[in-house]
Amino acid sequence: MGLVAAELERQGIATVAIQLLRLVAEKVRPPRALYVPFPHGYPLKAPNDPEQQRAVIEAALLLLEDCTLKPPVLLGYNPK
Amino acid sequence: MGDLSEFSLKYRVFLKTYQWRRIDPVPWTPLKKPLKDSRLVLVSSAGIVTSDQKPFDKSIRGGDSSIREIPADVDVTTLIETHRSKAFDHTGIRLDPNLAFPLDRLRELSFAGRIGSLNHRHISLMGSLTAPGRLIKKIIPLVGYQLVKDGVDIALLVPV
Repeated sequence: MGLVAAELERQGIATVAIQLLRLVAEKVRPPRALYVPFPHGYPLKAPNDPEQQRAVIEAALLLLEDCTLKPPVLLGYNPK
Repeated sequence: MGDLSEFSLKYRVFLKTYQWRRIDPVPWTPLKKPLKDSRLVLVSSAGIVTSDQKPFDKSIRGGDSSIREIPADVDVTTLIETHRSKAFDHTGIRLDPNLAFPLDRLRELSFAGRIGSLNHRHISLMGSLTAPGRLIKKIIPLVGYQLVKDGVDIALLVPV
């Protein structure tokens, strides 16, 4: 997904990618990534749990809004 | 979780030794306008299809690099996950496709005014491609061109 994000950024679309493996994010270097500590198959934590899903998406959206960040951005998800 | 420990030895070895493509230089598009005025596209690599689309082809060596456009008005409960990987648990996403294709959550955010609007189409692909060249060099550049024409400002990418 990092490679997809990079191509969209090249075309002028700001991206944020949720990332399940820190190792892969560090090697590929997507422009903006939120690392989440969940197992594969569960990128937004839990099925049928809108609140948890929304919280992960909100954390990702905050990366888009933070104009102090410089690429490549890889930040961990810290639920409140 | 979220590290290699969740995988079998076979997948751990693969993930450690695979020649990941390093993005260099890293392209960067800053947010051009507030989120409340931005149009968002969802991109998911969970191999999601609608009930009238062909499943992703699990037999293609290197992985199926095709994409599916998912219409914005789709009923998320009708989406079907067709990802070929045996490395992860598919149970959750089959119970609730929003887990990796969170269109209902994005609709709520748009309704609440947190984001401006959702694009009329979203993008589904199947991750775990060991040969991503065709996807990256041919398909995604065209997708990006179309999304820019759609007026898309931001993209949320969700893996599985």
